Amino acid sequence: MARVVVDVMLKPEILDPQGKAVHGALPRLGFDGVVGVRQGKRFELEFEGEITEERLAEVRRAAETLLSNPVIEDFTVKVGQS
Amino acid sequence: MKIGVVTFPGSLDDVDARRAIRVAGGEPVALWHGDHDLRGVDAVVLPGGFSYGDYLRCGAIARFAPVMAEVVEAAGAGMPVLGICNGFQILCETHLLPGALIRNEQQKFVCRDQRLRIENASTAWTHGYQPGAEVTIVLKNGEGGYVADDNTLDRLEGEGQVVARYLDVNPNGSLRDIAGITNERGNVVGLMPHPEHAVEMLCGPGVDGLTFFTSALS
Repeated sequence: MARVVVDVMLKPEILDPQGKAVHGALPRLGFDGVVGVRQGKRFELEFEGEITEERLAEVRRAAETLLSNPVIEDFTVKVGQS
Repeated sequence: MKIGVVTFPGSLDDVDARRAIRVAGGEPVALWHGDHDLRGVDAVVLPGGFSYGDYLRCGAIARFAPVMAEVVEAAGAGMPVLGICNGFQILCETHLLPGALIRNEQQKFVCRDQRLRIENASTAWTHGYQPGAEVTIVLKNGEGGYVADDNTLDRLEGEGQVVARYLDVNPNGSLRDIAGITNERGNVVGLMPHPEHAVEMLCGPGVDGLTFFTSALS
């Protein structure tokens, strides 16, 4: 089984209220020194067999049509990480 | 005149929207997300709620429902389409409207009677209002913060595509206090507040929302 990982993050200029809430909670628990938190999404796509260039191109297409909204989010595609 | 209301899995306000259409004097038609057919309606409402549980992003999965292909085609041909709350999110995900809606800046679900100014009284859904009319319409959302890049915002303002703006308070961090927008043609409108909850004195803050529906019917 092969795996492709798609990470989706809000674009830097888009406000991230969830990240802000997490950032606010960290010092309350004694985790100091964090100057910023951004929260994103990680998708792990499992495939039978090899990850070919064609398959990666398909994943990128899926990432820009469904997994992310290009208006507000960026994504990266990585192969074989677990 | 028939106005269709699409029910997605997780739609919440489809019944209220159909009722509002009836109160406004129209004939509501229930449309199903899995249909490839708009059943001969003259306009479509995408109602509020939590289609597909708001999984992934609000409206992201509803956008690919079979009926949306028909809605996109009809909108392109000029049919009036109103997206309310989750419907607005779906219209943005579909790219029928620019920008996107993100989690409220205050990180809280907001439910309040919201004052608005109708900025564009010439769309298919707002031409019954006086330009600049100040109205009160129910607002309830968790992810209603309207965002777009500065160029898009400038274009929306310049072309008169901002349909409604929040007055008194900005309840969700929407850029430039935007509560609703329209496409260039003025037939597709997305609105975060819920006009279908402001059509009868018995169960709303007033009847200011009714004009959205009577506008489409006239």
